[in-house]
Amino acid sequence: MKFLCVECDQQMAFTERALPGDGTLAATFKCPKCGRVVAMLANPMETQLVSSLGVEIGGRTVPAEAFETVGANVVTGGPAWSADAQERLGRVPSFVRGMVKKIYADYAKERGIREITPAIMDTARAELGLEGM
Amino acid sequence: MRTYHQLTDPDRSGLAAQIGAQRRRVAERLAGVGRILAVMSGKGGVGKSYVTAHLGRAVARAGKAVGVVDADLNGPTIPALLQASGTTPPAVGLDGVKCISMGLLLADGAPLAFKGPSAESFVWRGAMEAAALREFLGDVEWGTLDVLLLDLPPGMQRYLELCDLLGAPPAVLTVTIPTPESRDAVRRAMRAAVDRGSELLGIVENMVGGELQGSAAADLSREFGTPVLARIPWHPTPDTWNQLATRL
Repeated sequence: MKFLCVECDQQMAFTERALPGDGTLAATFKCPKCGRVVAMLANPMETQLVSSLGVEIGGRTVPAEAFETVGANVVTGGPAWSADAQERLGRVPSFVRGMVKKIYADYAKERGIREITPAIMDTARAELGLEGM
Repeated sequence: MRTYHQLTDPDRSGLAAQIGAQRRRVAERLAGVGRILAVMSGKGGVGKSYVTAHLGRAVARAGKAVGVVDADLNGPTIPALLQASGTTPPAVGLDGVKCISMGLLLADGAPLAFKGPSAESFVWRGAMEAAALREFLGDVEWGTLDVLLLDLPPGMQRYLELCDLLGAPPAVLTVTIPTPESRDAVRRAMRAAVDRGSELLGIVENMVGGELQGSAAADLSREFGTPVLARIPWHPTPDTWNQLATRL
């Protein structure tokens, strides 16, 4: 998608990307000749489509992580996770996080545990031999 | 008014370059793979995953390094069939076959669902599944493999995505059951594969010798000029799979 300043017949330049809320993606463009600024607002469905392509509007500033799209978007199901447990899971390297999360979730489900906490993670880690996870 | 292509100032987002980088990532990751084979059918319930898993194991028993990508994102069964486990992808299953699957990420019994707006999710869900498949191919440290088997779901969508992601159509192993209904559905898939330029390696007829009557494999073999590599009975032995492995 490109933007043309009709008055100047000039291609507008991308200036900023923002996520103002409610699933909206905003991309602002500026005419290099007259300085006019416009913002393109994508609705949540369009924002999700862009996200699913694994690209960054405005360009990538950091390299893509392994399993970036899957990790950010797949709802894995299973028991709830406490905030502390989520924070701890977030420290697991992204490329193994998904499989480790499932192991904890299956462990909890088999034992009828409704919420995974750091204490549950410690117990599971000891029982299952998940050192460092 | 000028057209899109007449506006030639540099694109700061570099979307085409980002997509190109994704494709290169897949190509670099698969550079150590000797052969990539897609196991497909076009028909559901014919045993593609079952054939894929046992074929993979037979190839591995012959001393080859084998990986399996479970491209059936919504109905993953490969981890169970291979009894695969581990904390780091790829998981490793029976006979040392490596695999990646959505079944390794989803809690038991959980359907594949994505975060995002639920209204009209059909618009983006296909793209999200294609992205997951791309990450399965490009983000798993497969190492050196002699064979990478791609277990496709029914239908052609995943096959077409694979053609795009791989940059070239994969060789295809077709699975059918004996019935004329299966033959007719599989024919469409094989035609699509031929149209995209895939090499047809052959046909595996599964569930042979029971209630299911017909000559699907023989009919398709004649029509497409590709061999019937195996007829798999209801209770195959390891030797059944070993023989199939030698014919690939």
